Amino acid sequence: MSETTPQHENPPPPDGIRTTGADAPGDLPRAPLAEARGTGRIGDKIFLGLSRGAGVTLLVIMAAIAGFLAIRASHALSANEGNFLTTFTWDANANPPVFGIAVLLFGTVVSSIIAMALAVPIAIAIALFITHYAPRRLSGPIAYVIDLLAAIPSIVYGLWGGLFLVPHLEGLYKWLDDYLGWTKIFAYHDGAARSLFTVGILLAIMILPIITSVSREVFRQVPRMHEEAALALGATRWEVIRMSVLPFGRSGVISASMLGLGRALGETMAVATVLSPSWDIVPSVLDAGGGTFAQNIASSFKEASGDMGKDALIASGLVLFVITLVVNGAARLVIARRKEYSGANA
Amino acid sequence: MAKRIDVSGLTAYYGNHMAIEDISMTVEPRSVTAFIGPSGCGKSTFLRTLNRMHEVTPGGRVEGKVMLDDENLYGSGVDPVAVRRTVGMVFQRPNPFPTMSIFDNVAAGLRLNGSYKKSELADIVEKSLRGANLWNEVKDRLNKPGAGLSGGQQQRLCIARAIAVEPQVLLMDEPCSALDPISTLAIEDLIGELKERFTIVIVTHNMQQAARVSDRTAFFNLAGVGQPGKLIEIDETERIFSNPSVQATEDYISGRFG
Repeated sequence: MSETTPQHENPPPPDGIRTTGADAPGDLPRAPLAEARGTGRIGDKIFLGLSRGAGVTLLVIMAAIAGFLAIRASHALSANEGNFLTTFTWDANANPPVFGIAVLLFGTVVSSIIAMALAVPIAIAIALFITHYAPRRLSGPIAYVIDLLAAIPSIVYGLWGGLFLVPHLEGLYKWLDDYLGWTKIFAYHDGAARSLFTVGILLAIMILPIITSVSREVFRQVPRMHEEAALALGATRWEVIRMSVLPFGRSGVISASMLGLGRALGETMAVATVLSPSWDIVPSVLDAGGGTFAQNIASSFKEASGDMGKDALIASGLVLFVITLVVNGAARLVIARRKEYSGANA
Repeated sequence: MAKRIDVSGLTAYYGNHMAIEDISMTVEPRSVTAFIGPSGCGKSTFLRTLNRMHEVTPGGRVEGKVMLDDENLYGSGVDPVAVRRTVGMVFQRPNPFPTMSIFDNVAAGLRLNGSYKKSELADIVEKSLRGANLWNEVKDRLNKPGAGLSGGQQQRLCIARAIAVEPQVLLMDEPCSALDPISTLAIEDLIGELKERFTIVIVTHNMQQAARVSDRTAFFNLAGVGQPGKLIEIDETERIFSNPSVQATEDYISGRFG
């Protein structure tokens, strides 16, 4: 800023410090910087307003949802006669109301763990195949078909799961029971395969496309020079993937998995169609029974009479909301902890 | 340790495009050979045919022979992975593995080649880092990420990584073009030391650099855009820079074009 420029609120710079070279004699007069910054380009103002508005709206919506959930839930919780965390029944309409989320929490977590355990390795394998193994004319169609899986409505998954998957899984469950039945977790006592494991398989198929397509994009973005570094050392294709591609894609794959997990935790219609719910924790994941938060809300909402019934469901919804937040936060922690080593630094 | 490279009738393509045509030359062991020439003349492509990195590019293929002593790198049954373990490479932009520590970066190639005892590994890593003139700067932070070093240090780390596996030949593709003058000097000094042990081929855009570091210089040129690059001449560096036998070389090094 030159000595001749009119000063506004900013104090003049100390002697001898010149922040620009604009003070050469004979310079054209120019607008002071403080004004120049705000010389109302109308487009800038509109865009600033729009983006700021969008940001604020997002926060307001989040706060409104959280507030709504918290108020309605606290209403139900204060009237609850049972322990909200450990009760195995859901009699919100009774007087006094007794309900707890133990079964729902268990079912939601278990079915999501099963879904993740099945979907994440398969999704990574598919993404690697598309980006690093498949010939080009094959990788396009495969990627397209996987993306198509995401376009199927969840109720259709539910119908397919209930009508096709359930009867066809019974054989597999009998086989699992023969070999792993002694673990109790994989015991199978006949009956329809409308169990948490079936739900997990169905959820795995549903979250496969999102994990695959995000991982695929991450793997595709691995800088050429990182792969060449490994190649030039005499790495085979798999070694290139292990040395360059997977470390670079790590945080992206974690994010992708969290997106999938978010969907698995909240999936409603497919679970409600397939699962045969019960208000107890079944030791075997293959036997029918149990329930999830979203499934219970969908199944019980119509019968929930009065405010208390609905508020109890909202309280369970709040728990689901918190679980999702915690999962996301944990994922961010994992990513941040390895930031120093992340490929994004290069 | 160091081997002679004998190239005859080598032509490389990108798809249907001929990038370099009919190149023949001999690279002496324990010497530095520099490739110079205008952009697009195919010197980097040619360099990448010497460790079969060219064919990694989609559509890349090669015709002709590259003999490493008496073994044809393009012979049938030759595994390109094995070739790259014998002919090391340093790239234009330093590319240490960002997720690995300094130690692991240097050890990366060794771990690919087989199993070493911990103490052996530590010895080789130290020797390689000393060989790359980097040991004193990093010995106290071997477990820190390699990506945290300065550009020049990163490039020397990449050299350490390349020489750790004791290759026969070391290819360098404009190794100093992303570095400041002081780091460049460090690398040039290093090249002078490394040629005692390795056959070195360096591509450079900097003719002073070619004159400073190399024993022999090859000049590449292309007839026009879209034409394949060709080897114009290769000779003792002193002769190329004082009294080249082809007029185009003289024009190029005296700055009349390129």
